[in-house]
Amino acid sequence: MGPLIPNNIIPADWNNAIALLLGMCFGFVLEASGFSSSRKIMGTFFGYDFVVLRVFFTAAVTSILGILYLDYFGWLDFGQLYIHPTYLTSAIVGGVIMGFGFALGGYCPGTSYCAVAIGKLDALVYSLGLFLGIYLFTFVYPWLETMFTSNSLGNITVPGFFSMNTYVFVFFVILAALGMFIAATLVQRKVKKVDY
Amino acid sequence: MTEKIKKDHSKTYLNPYFGGVLLGIVLILTFYITGRGLGASGAAKSTVVTTIQSVAPEYAKESGYVSQFISDDEHPMNNWLVFEVIGVFAGAFLSGILYGRLKPKVEHSPKITSRKRLIVALLGGMLFGFGSQVARGCTSGAALSGMAVLSLGGFITMMGIFGSAYIFSWTFRKLWI
Repeated sequence: MGPLIPNNIIPADWNNAIALLLGMCFGFVLEASGFSSSRKIMGTFFGYDFVVLRVFFTAAVTSILGILYLDYFGWLDFGQLYIHPTYLTSAIVGGVIMGFGFALGGYCPGTSYCAVAIGKLDALVYSLGLFLGIYLFTFVYPWLETMFTSNSLGNITVPGFFSMNTYVFVFFVILAALGMFIAATLVQRKVKKVDY
Repeated sequence: MTEKIKKDHSKTYLNPYFGGVLLGIVLILTFYITGRGLGASGAAKSTVVTTIQSVAPEYAKESGYVSQFISDDEHPMNNWLVFEVIGVFAGAFLSGILYGRLKPKVEHSPKITSRKRLIVALLGGMLFGFGSQVARGCTSGAALSGMAVLSLGGFITMMGIFGSAYIFSWTFRKLWI
């Protein structure tokens, strides 16, 4: 039963080779979907190209459903999966800072790596900025530590937090995604095309 | 003439829903095999930690943040995410070859200069890098991988990123449209 490496079904020696392979698939799909172009990515916010919204939320819904199905059939133990921990304050503050960086840079880290791989020099400079930003964070960390660790809720899920049924929550996530896809199609029809 | 007859594939992309399903399958496989999700900013963090550690080992040990990622028996670069990101570069490069998109250039709106684009890209990267440490992950590690396992923090960070990006992109729309 999965997850395979933590349960020693695949030996841990394979970890790095598998990381490389999965990374290749990840990079290939991102590039082939158009995430190596900052102007295409930014289209989501101005309404001339919703590729980010479509790819991102389709991927989210696919993975949520896939993981729940694998768990349901007993092939994967959901309880053994790493749930990104929730620190309310830093999740919001960090998200807002990242959004600001997104609006200026036009990439997120993963998409900037893809753009570097196909020769985008603006993405190269952006990635350099990533390192500088992280470096800067290590310096100011002592002042941010209280905020960084405040409001810790542990490895909690949304249905766990609201004590609601997981499948009901997922159903609403799917409805929300479909609603956004329809809205995106309607908006894109009205927005003037941008050539890029 | 042959130039004109030959179709330009450099703007051909996957159908976004098909791309999304493929991305979802890659993420499911990652959780199924490793028990964790995908990431991107983590590899940059490992690189920064390694750099600080090799340039100023004493400082690294005392730094409240950097020291969290240093252990005696494992090198910070020998990290799952570092190998994954090397893969990301290779995979994107392959896709770039396949679609004929390999070309060095500075991509920017015709309304701004290359120089301005590069300066703003640097600032954007710095902010995103900083924010990814505050939120313990970026769009890949916190938002997408978090959402895949229904993490509350993942959903919150996703809304933070997209909500704030929407507001700031209109504030700075002259950079893009």
